[in-house]
Formats: sequence, C-alpha cells, structure tokens
Amino acid sequence: MTALPLSRSRGIQWSAVLREAGLTAFVAFLLTVPLVGLRTVDRPTGLTIDARFDEVLVAVFLVFIGRLGLGLIREGQALLVLVLALLATGVGIVAPLPTQVLEVILVGGGLVIAIRATVTLVTNRSTLSQAERDKRMDVVAAKVQHASRWLAPIGIGFALIFPFLPFADRHLIDIGILLLTYIMLGWGLNIVVGLAGLLDLGYVAFYAVGAYSYALLATIFGWSFWVCLPLAGLFAALSGVLLGFPVLRLRGDYFAIVTLGFGEIIRIVLLNWYEFTGGPNGIIGIPRPTFFGIADFTRTPTDGMPAFHELFGLPFSSLQRIIFLYYVILVLALIVNVFTLRVRKLPLGRAWEALREDDIASASLGINRTNAKLAAFAIAAMFGGFAGSFFATRQGFISPESFTFIESAIILAIVVLGGMGSQLGVVIATFLVIGLPEVFRELEQYRMLAFGAGMVLIMLWRPRGLLAHRDPTVTLGGARKAPSGPGSAAAGGVS
Amino acid sequence: MEYFLQQLINGLTLGAIYGLIAIGYTMVYGIIGMINFAHGEIYMIGAFVSVITFLVLGALGITWVPLALALMLIFAMLFTSVYGWTVERIAYRPLRGSQRLAPLISAIGMSIFLQNYVQVLQGARVKPLPPIVSGGFSVMERADGFVVSLSYLQIFIILLTVALMYGFTQLIQRTELGRAQRACEQDKVMAGLLGVNVDRTISLTFVMGAALAAVAGMMVTLYYGVIDFYIGFLAGVKAFTAAVLGGIGSLPGAMLGGLCIGLIEAFWSAYFTTEYKDVAAFSILVLVLIFRPTGLLGRPEIEKV
Repeated sequence: MTALPLSRSRGIQWSAVLREAGLTAFVAFLLTVPLVGLRTVDRPTGLTIDARFDEVLVAVFLVFIGRLGLGLIREGQALLVLVLALLATGVGIVAPLPTQVLEVILVGGGLVIAIRATVTLVTNRSTLSQAERDKRMDVVAAKVQHASRWLAPIGIGFALIFPFLPFADRHLIDIGILLLTYIMLGWGLNIVVGLAGLLDLGYVAFYAVGAYSYALLATIFGWSFWVCLPLAGLFAALSGVLLGFPVLRLRGDYFAIVTLGFGEIIRIVLLNWYEFTGGPNGIIGIPRPTFFGIADFTRTPTDGMPAFHELFGLPFSSLQRIIFLYYVILVLALIVNVFTLRVRKLPLGRAWEALREDDIASASLGINRTNAKLAAFAIAAMFGGFAGSFFATRQGFISPESFTFIESAIILAIVVLGGMGSQLGVVIATFLVIGLPEVFRELEQYRMLAFGAGMVLIMLWRPRGLLAHRDPTVTLGGARKAPSGPGSAAAGGVS
Repeated sequence: MEYFLQQLINGLTLGAIYGLIAIGYTMVYGIIGMINFAHGEIYMIGAFVSVITFLVLGALGITWVPLALALMLIFAMLFTSVYGWTVERIAYRPLRGSQRLAPLISAIGMSIFLQNYVQVLQGARVKPLPPIVSGGFSVMERADGFVVSLSYLQIFIILLTVALMYGFTQLIQRTELGRAQRACEQDKVMAGLLGVNVDRTISLTFVMGAALAAVAGMMVTLYYGVIDFYIGFLAGVKAFTAAVLGGIGSLPGAMLGGLCIGLIEAFWSAYFTTEYKDVAAFSILVLVLIFRPTGLLGRPEIEKV
C-alpha cells in the first residue's frame, strides 16, 4: 500500500506490470487447479473425479486482467482502465453468461477496479494509505454519529409503525423480527466486546441457555412466556457468572478461545443429554406467547382464555401474532439499547470503558477488574438469555443445530463490523450481514461464502469497524458537549 | 493391559496428527502473535487435495502404493502451501500493526470463506475413500481373543511425523531461514534493520505451517477414510488446544501437546464415553489456560505496561 506519485513523463513499464499480473495469475492457477478444476463426484461406482478446466482458465484469465488493470492504474493509465472496467461491468450486466457466479465476479470486479481508477483520477494518487483512508472514513463516521441524534428517533419511529405500512407483508415482518433479534444480540454482545473490551466467541452459549430454559420450563411446568422470560434471563446471567468467573483473568486471544470452548461445551452437552434436552431432536411444541396472559392468538383458544381478535373486536388474522412478536422483540431490543446508553454514564459503564482502554492502568486506579468484567459478562448473558427465549417461543422448536459456533461468529461480526461500542454501527452491520443475504436468497449456496469474504474485506478496508469513530461518553465539565446528551438518550437515542 | 496398549497406539497416532497441525498455530503465534483461525481450514484443504490427488492417480493408473503415497504427499503439501501463502497475503498482511482484534476477525472470516468455498465446489457430502494401506502386525493377544494390533498405516503416520519433526527442527535451528524466523520472533523491527526480509519470513512461516497441516490432512484421509468440508473446525480447535497445552510459541511443546491431546482423547473414548470426548479436549483447554497459561514448555510472558 505505498502511494506513488504519478509521473506521466515516464513510459509504462510493461515488463513489470505484466510480470506482476502473470505471477498473480500463476498463483490463481495453483489455487484453482485442485479444488475448482478437479471436482470429486459421488457415482454409484464410488468417488470419481470430474475435470472442469474451463473454469480454471476463466478464473486465471480474470485474475490476470484484474491485476493488469490495477498495475496500469499505478502506471498512470487510470482513464483507460476506468473505461475498460466499466465496459466489463456492462458486459457482466447485459451479456448472457453461462453462470451467475461469473456475472457477479465481472460486475463486482469491474466496479472495484473502476472505483480505484476513479479515485486515482480524482486524487492523482495511486492508492490512499491506510491512515489516510481511515481519516476520511472517520470524518464520515463522525457525521453519521452526530446525525444519529435525529436519525435514531426516525429509525425507531419507522420501526414502530413498520408492521402497519401497506407494503409490510408477512415475509417482510418475519425479516424484521429476524433483524431485530440480531440487533438485540449485537447490542447485548456489545456490552462485553464494545464496552468492556472482552472478545467473547461463545456468546451463543447464553442464547442457548435462554432458549432451553424457556423451552424446558414451558414444556415441563407449563409456565407462560411472561413468567419464563425473566427466569431465562436469570439462568443465562447465572451461567455467565459461572463461566465468567474462572476465565476473566485471561486476556485477549486466550479469553476468546476459552469462551469459544465454553460455547462448544454447552452445545455438546445439549446434544448428548438426551433425557433432559432431547439431544439432536431438540424440543418441539414450545408454547407461543399469549397477549400478556390476557388473551391468546389462536382462533378458538382451548384453555378458557379469550381470543385476541374477539377481545379487541378485530377480524381474525394469523398476522396478529407475528405483529405482536415483532413488537415484543422491538421492545426487548430497545431495553438493551437504553440500558447500554444509560450505563455508560454510570460508574460501572465508565469502569468498563476504562478497562477496555487500559487494563492495568484502570486496576491501579482502584477499579475492581474482576467485578466489573463479571458484571459485563452477566448482564450481556442475561440479554442473550432474553433473546434466546424469544427465539424459542417464536420458532416453537429448538435444537442444538441453532447454536453452533457460526452463530457466535455472526453476532461478533455484527459488533466488530459496526465498530465496537457503537450502537448505531450494530444496526447498520445487522442490515449488511443479515439483511443483504435475505435479499439475495437465490444465491443461497453462496451466502456464507460471501459472508466470510465480506468479513475479511471490511476488516481490510476499515479494521476498526464501519462506525468506529466515537466521542468520549463523558467529557470534562463543559470542555466539549457530549454528543449523546441525556435528552436524546431518554428518547431512546442510538449513538 | 492389552486394551491399554491398544489405546496407547491409537492415541499416539492421533496425537501425531494433532501435533503436526499444532505446529502451524504455534509458529504463527510465535512470530506475529495472532491465532491463525483459518489454520484448521488449511488442514481440511490438505485433506481434500490428497483425496483429489488419489483419485487422479487412480484415473491415470498409478496404483503402486509407495509412489501414490509420495505423490499425494507432495501435491498436498504444494497446493496447500499456496493456500497458506495466499491467506496470509490477502487477509493478514495488510492488517499487520493494526489493532489486535482486526486480524482475528479477518481470520474467522477467512475460515468461514474457505469452509464454504470447499463446500460449494466439492459438495457437502462426506467423501469416502477406499483404504489404501491395509494390514498390520498383531502385537499381542489376550486370553479372550482381544488382539492388540499395530497397522502399517499407524507405523507410517508415526514414522513420517517423527521424520518431519526432525527435519523441521533442523530447519529452524540450522538454516538461514530458521535463524531469520527466530530473529523475527524476538524483534521484528530489529530483525528488519539487520537485513532480514520480515515479510518474506512471515510468509514462509505460513507456508511451512500449511505444508505440515497438509501432511496431517493426508494422514487423516488415510486413517479415517472419510472427510468432509467441516473437519477443519474441530481439528483446528483441538490442535490449538495442543499448542496451548505445550506452551504456545514452542515447537517441541506443540508436538508434546498434540501427543497429550491425542492420548487423552483415545483414553477418554475408551474408558468413558465417546460422546463427550470433545468436551474433554475443550475442558483441557480451559483448565490449562486458567491454571498454567504458559503451558508445559512455554516461557512466561511478562506483562508490559
């Protein structure tokens, strides 16, 4: 990533550019020959091999062209490359191509190179250095952060009326519930990762504890959702304390790996403890929530409870329950958000942020490290437990399948991509990570592939997360007004 | 006693495989201080490349077992190290010197990417392979007919591991590359000032780790006969446990840790339950990190302010 000044007087060094492109293409060739070019296929006679060298050739050719384009940008031919890249993008959109993957690669690659070329043309620099890019993004991030003062009420207002908008059908509300569940989990994990600075790779364990607590309490004792919800949170918090206590002494990567280990241990126990958890079959027939124990959402309730639609004199619709679920998760998520915004200003929240910045310094200032971290762990676990029991009641069925490591990785990705500690960042990242794949359902097969690649790319592009810029929550008396004042926080502001 | 001996043999074989993967973790941690989360996936790719090589050799009519094994080994190491190199080049190098979490997240992303890359290309079903090396000795027999067997394959795996370990130790201790690696491990800036190409050394560390993981992948393919795209995650975590147990950053430690994990897993499955054998590995990880974070052979890390 060196920024070379452009000098048009110098001729194009074709040999260097070509050699670089050739080398990259050769690496691409080595990478694609075994896994892309030779596919293992199950035949009745056994495993056989299927050669697809055309795909290897196409991949190598595209890599060569792409690298050549980048090389030429550096050599001062940005305009030419821009035109060609846009042409390639156009071809990708218009021309009928044999596979959709090729189309995506052409359009995506073409656009990326075109953007690089445009940047070069505008700034007269081949690439921006990491620090410069970061500074520019910081400016944008700061603007977004400040805008959140009015953006947040609008967003919350929209979320409140969303189910009654004309275009909101069942499918969209379902996606809304999914997004809100992840937003809530992201905000919950943000307490541990963003505020206290502990990298937790096993957050899904608490989600699982909450889900199983509700499912078991409801199916064994027949307790209602509204009784079980606090209990599930309590159990999750308890497990957070139990798991957290021994490991909080560890720092950094070690802590991350141990939490990963705990997450997996809980999943394996759930998988193998048949008598209690139903093993891999999970728990079925988890009761749906009632309208605060007053009314039921079925057409003809069995246990003497009035039906919701009769109580309110509405025509029966199965959508009513879904809308109700939507509001439940919205309120739960907002509780987490308001809690986080308030706690930041309390001594506990400040202790967390101090610990995140410098562990040793805060210990020497008299902060009880273990207690502060344990509190963060337990509170985040509790919110995870709430989300888990909501998940159980919404699905009506849970199994250990839903609580794999990948789930933890997704939640962590939401927090880190959004920019650690940023509440608005979590929302934006959730839309990117969960929302975008929902839109591209047709490319289902490539969903996780793109997810992994996206995680790497965002980290390369902006290592501190999209909205990493954040003003201090508390500043010294009037030196500078804190951006998220008490007023906006009380209004449920997202900062 | 006989049963114990059999489990010892099985555990040593398993431990050799874990140890080879653990070396990749420990070297990378030693030199750039990050957990290479995608290393398990590199091992999985090694296993796939060896299956593919085996099938191609079968199609070409090369059936002489020693030659086939040698070619599988060479191709698996070659292609997998290219993957190791590329992963470092794309996902880690640009993030060197950035904040601590960024490379870890990038590595997790890479791991998810590689897993799904193989799944999309090669299919999600398990890949069964006919046994290539069969037969073995029976070491001793109990009165009730329980035979302690030591298969040729197990001998092959253990001997190959010992040979690789020997060669590898020599490489680290005797060659210029090894010296450069040890220099970078101690102080990258100083090493750079003294004329060591730090970037190249780190790249080669990844290449070496990937090559050893590829050998482990090939061994697993031969030993179990089935692989799928998901084997990398669990093996990766266990190998990481082995690296931590042995003392992260220490090469003999990684091998020792691998052997311990392999033996514990074998004995746990034999005397307790198979279902919870993964819990055993994870519990060891947790216990070691809590009570002896430096591992068996590691040096204590001094906390600097």
